[in-house]
Amino acid sequence: MSELLQQILNGLVVGSMYALIALGYTMVYGILQIINFAHGEVMMIGAMVTISAINMLTAAGVELPGPLMLLAGLLIAAPVTMLLGFLIERVAYRPLRNAPRLAPLITAIGISILLQQVAVLIWKSNPRSFPDVVSQQPIEILGASITTVQIAIVVLALSIMAGLLLLVEKTRLGRAMRAVSMNQPVAALMGVNTNRVIAQTFVIGSALAAVAGVMWAANYGLANPTMGFTPGLKAFTAAVLGGIGNLGGAVLGGLLLGLIENLGTGYLVPSEYRDVFAFLVLVLVLVLRPSGLMGERVAERA
Amino acid sequence: MTEALLEIRGINKRFGGLHALNDVSLSIRRGEIYGLIGPNGAGKTTLFNVLTGLYQPDEGSFTFNGIDLFRKKPHVVVASGIARTFQNIRLFHNMTALENVMVGRHARAKAGILGAVLRSRRTQHEEAAIKQRAAQLLDYVGISHRADDIAKHLSYGDQRRLEIARALATDPILLALDEPAAGMNSTETESLKRLMQTIRDSGITILLIEHDVKLMMGLCDRIAVLDYGRKIAEGVPETIRTDPKVIEAYLGVAES
Repeated sequence: MSELLQQILNGLVVGSMYALIALGYTMVYGILQIINFAHGEVMMIGAMVTISAINMLTAAGVELPGPLMLLAGLLIAAPVTMLLGFLIERVAYRPLRNAPRLAPLITAIGISILLQQVAVLIWKSNPRSFPDVVSQQPIEILGASITTVQIAIVVLALSIMAGLLLLVEKTRLGRAMRAVSMNQPVAALMGVNTNRVIAQTFVIGSALAAVAGVMWAANYGLANPTMGFTPGLKAFTAAVLGGIGNLGGAVLGGLLLGLIENLGTGYLVPSEYRDVFAFLVLVLVLVLRPSGLMGERVAERA
Repeated sequence: MTEALLEIRGINKRFGGLHALNDVSLSIRRGEIYGLIGPNGAGKTTLFNVLTGLYQPDEGSFTFNGIDLFRKKPHVVVASGIARTFQNIRLFHNMTALENVMVGRHARAKAGILGAVLRSRRTQHEEAAIKQRAAQLLDYVGISHRADDIAKHLSYGDQRRLEIARALATDPILLALDEPAAGMNSTETESLKRLMQTIRDSGITILLIEHDVKLMMGLCDRIAVLDYGRKIAEGVPETIRTDPKVIEAYLGVAES
């Protein structure tokens, strides 16, 4: 029983991070129908900048309680990734807005490799340990253990997701985003500045990636320039599982994927096969239900 | 003398070898209903598309309300006072009718992104005003009872009305309607005609593409006829009706 609870808790922790990253993929896909494969690297930059920021603050003699230190690091990292997201859209995607869909996919991979290598130049390739600002002391719940960091991850991730859904459903920016995703030229003809809305979408997605990056690094205690690849791909899987382009789907897909992975490696296969499991899910979804759990069935576009 | 609201001069648009608009010039006066007719493929919708910034015209000029609108971006065209509907209905199909109209208010909304995210008092105030105006417009076109329904679930005629409400939400000076009566029965067409007259009487100039010649003759102050991308006639309905070039374009040359 406690074993099952443990796997479920682990699944929720990882799943909520997948979900945060998946939202970035799905927002961009919803609005531009492209996969921003550089998104995982944006997350990595968020983690690396946070670590450097916290180290610098500590070196400068700033003393703050752990959670506040983490927040300070994030407040420095988020604007950096937001600017990065803005630039990626400008440089890699906007010039290819009317190009065949394969072209932005290739620039996405290019940007992704570029960011990894820039990170290696700045931070070197060996892993950085996450500063010791938050307690990793586990708390026992019904025989399962969870750290305060993990509790914070789940609570924070769920509140951010709720906030994002509210933003999209209830605010003018959200209405503009939905209008652009449903019909870009018509949205423009109704007075929506589509380029601005697209840029804002990238900026918001990148802020979420920074948060996820910090969570990831804080949870595993490590960060390195290639750390974005696997969570990026997993989150993409989560977005596809939920139905790419659908925000609720990304959340559901992320949480489900986290649970599937952890329950699968807990009961069915050794934990080295964790990634195999995730990608098996991707293959199965693509074969059996390409539109995802919550996706709308759409006709194949030429 | 009546003032020209929109001056279209020497517009050319080519798609590869197809000369879709060939040196088209029109002058639309403030307050009139100006009709654009012509056989299929004559270039009517293309003219709408280059006017509203969806396509880039090759040459020519657009002067609207004293402003140069040649090759301007769609949101700039809207902001200067031109709104349009589409021949093939293009609503935001997964939004409610009310939300569709609210999007149209974007052209006139002032509060910025920060306000929109932080929900400042000014933004909330503006949002409430947008919602109220959108509800009024749904009532104006006669579909207020469908406000909270998803656009794609509306009947065909109601969708056409919703498109008009959404276009009106941008506070246009000129309303460009692309075949608003297409697919409507005669009762619906008659009520649409009254709606267009009401809109004109409220001070909005209308540029109208329509195939229903009877409707056009009864509604328009002046009509221009396009054929193979050229303007072949322009004038009041009576002269258009008897113009030999127009009859030829529609019916072909009589065999002698």
